[in-house]
Amino acid sequence: MKHQIIPRVIAKLFIPLILLFALYVQFHGDFGPGGGFQAGVIFAAGFVLYTLIFGLAEAQRVARPAVVEMVIALGLLLYAVTGVAGIMKGGRYLDYGVLGSDPVGGQHLGILLIELGVGITVASVIIGIFFAFAGRTRS
Amino acid sequence: MIELIDVVLLAFLVATAVAVVLIRNLLASVILAGIFSLLSAGLFTVMDAVDVAFTEAAVGAGISTVLLLGTLMLTTRVERRPARLSPLPLLVVLATGAVLIYGTLDMPRFGDADAPVHTHIAPEYLKDTVPHVNGSAQRVDVENIVTSVLASYRGYDTLGETTVIFCAGIGVLLLLKASRPGRDREEGR
Repeated sequence: MKHQIIPRVIAKLFIPLILLFALYVQFHGDFGPGGGFQAGVIFAAGFVLYTLIFGLAEAQRVARPAVVEMVIALGLLLYAVTGVAGIMKGGRYLDYGVLGSDPVGGQHLGILLIELGVGITVASVIIGIFFAFAGRTRS
Repeated sequence: MIELIDVVLLAFLVATAVAVVLIRNLLASVILAGIFSLLSAGLFTVMDAVDVAFTEAAVGAGISTVLLLGTLMLTTRVERRPARLSPLPLLVVLATGAVLIYGTLDMPRFGDADAPVHTHIAPEYLKDTVPHVNGSAQRVDVENIVTSVLASYRGYDTLGETTVIFCAGIGVLLLLKASRPGRDREEGR
């Protein structure tokens, strides 16, 4: 789709908005519908659209496959480490109440961190799988 | 008004499902499956399950459709007609459907406040989570109770779910990358 000007222009307008909306869904998940799972999928959808319009090689210059594969583990690690941080602070595993100066603040911080971990893993898994699919040709 | 929307959405769902099964052109089937997901998302929104609707719209209508289209690119676009029609699958489907419908007869009515799911532990979550139900000490104080249950009360479950996504992603990447023809030989492994 490299020579079609309308999809290219529309995609250029939309992709920043899609990524921004994903971040909104990610960090506003405490107050409105949404959270890590949905935000990760929307963020990945932005990359999928980019790949469809501008081609796989161009997309992999933005998100290098090796980096994407590393980030898959990073999200889960962030989640698990948030749990361990609870133990270090004297609570139990995944007990967020001890993370902040007061229990409610700790809960907010903990939920923010683990949702971020979920979002990172979901987004990078989908981008990675899509790259793997797009990189194969019919043999 | 809500009933009308329900009836229209459910009628479209049934029509889409039948079309997905009948159509032999797999490209059209995939697009219809995406429409099916979008209609389900509409239905979830009507039921006030916005978080679920959100996920269904993003995953079901968006990502699954793209991945299935990618699969079609690698395989074929037209489904072969089976050599002969066997009645066994139809019987299995009908029997399973009948058992499922029989199971719903014992379920509480939709939106019933006295349903077990609303009287067991949910009131405690609501009391601890939503400020205007309790007013005083909240343990979590997150406006979206879905997030608080998912991330805090059910933190272990969500950790497990994220691990499942992680494993699924790694598995698919290993399968798709390792089986690329000729690649291993070129690298001399």
